[in-house]
Amino acid sequence: MQDKKELKVSAIRNGTVIDHIPSQNLFSVINILGLNKIGTQVTFGFNLESKKLGKKAIIKVADKFFEDDEINKISLVAPDAKLNIIRDYQVVKKRVVSVPDEITAIAKCMNPKCISNHEDITTRFDVIQKKPIQLKCLYCEKITDQHHLEII
Amino acid sequence: MKNRSLVSINDYSPAEILEILNLAAEFEKNPGQALLTGYVVATLFFEPSTRTRLSFESAINRLGGRVIGFSDSSSSSVSKGESLKDTILTVSNYSDLIVMRHPLEGSAQYASEVSPVPIINAGDGAHQHPTQTLLDLYSIRKTQGRLDNLKICMVGDLKYGRTVHSLLIAMSAFQPLFTFIAPEELKMPDEYKHLLDKKGIPYQEHRDIADNLNDADIIYMTRVQRERFSDPLEYEKVKNVYILRDSMLTNTKSNMRILHPLPRVNEINPDVDSNPKAYYFEQALNGVYTRMAIISKILGVK
Ligand SMILES: [Zn+2]
Repeated sequence: MQDKKELKVSAIRNGTVIDHIPSQNLFSVINILGLNKIGTQVTFGFNLESKKLGKKAIIKVADKFFEDDEINKISLVAPDAKLNIIRDYQVVKKRVVSVPDEITAIAKCMNPKCISNHEDITTRFDVIQKKPIQLKCLYCEKITDQHHLEII
Repeated sequence: MKNRSLVSINDYSPAEILEILNLAAEFEKNPGQALLTGYVVATLFFEPSTRTRLSFESAINRLGGRVIGFSDSSSSSVSKGESLKDTILTVSNYSDLIVMRHPLEGSAQYASEVSPVPIINAGDGAHQHPTQTLLDLYSIRKTQGRLDNLKICMVGDLKYGRTVHSLLIAMSAFQPLFTFIAPEELKMPDEYKHLLDKKGIPYQEHRDIADNLNDADIIYMTRVQRERFSDPLEYEKVKNVYILRDSMLTNTKSNMRILHPLPRVNEINPDVDSNPKAYYFEQALNGVYTRMAIISKILGVK
């Protein structure tokens, strides 16, 4: 079952493998999913070769199965991420991430005059376009596009 | 509307807008109604806007309410670095309603989320100024006798002018026809034209004022400001083009009225002031009645 690529990061018995993360966004994904605070074993590799992404990262989280809206939060930083759900060393389910209709606490509003950039505020956006991404701030109503997207 | 904040003109449905305008007309007939005896309203002006503040305070005083607040953040705890949240939470202990103006966009929305008392947005940066829109609507209805099927001509800075954008959105519920007159750099943004397309509302766009005013019911003037131009030469070219002069009004309709959110700089020549079609000073007075209506509705005394 395990091919050569998978062996670059040690296998897990039960849990989730998140693959095809752009390498430079690995730590954003870790932060967004709160993996720095999780109690179970987390292993990751980055700067792995990927035909599609150039350099990719992979995270394996033991004994953790994500809810859809939990995992969809990473879609802004890892839109092509693929998940393998592992039970007893076997891939029992595969899934991709999709951009949710609302984004909370991940992105920064690109409008320097927006209140969310001046007070301690949890940012909130309506997703008005998914590819390329366009976010409408629920405070100033300005649009933040893919090009100006900054992850908090 | 009771206990609901007014952050954006989109917070009110067309029916609620008409309810406000009807109540404002009632206050115009009978302005001395002490409905707010025992109420305290805070006016927090984090940036100065004397005209808007006085209009609100006049409205509150006419209703018999008391006013607390500040007119400029340099004289308040804000200058000591207090957060907006803390200011709002503190002031909400002392008042039944908070009217706020703030230079940052989205500040009124945020205040309405943290405040236990309702918020009225009296301008948040370039974002929204809904009471201005309601008083514009009041002025339009008062001078034309109706809001529906009117030809509205907007002139000047249609790109950055928040008053024209809010007015466009609010009027689009009433089957208007729009004419936009602006220099190339300050044209009405596409997002608003798409909105009109989606609603099937017709509009025309022109560069020149001349000959494009004659079928208008309302001319809405705005300031063309130097700092809006990326190319100073472009500003020099247009600065004297978007000035309304009395001679341009000869062939305009007799019911036509000229509105302007004020203060004006030079975009309406003073020779227009004595023309009966000039309405901008009465428009400012209408602001008091409109704000009386908004405050009464939100506090639930009407
Ligand atoms: Zn914003």
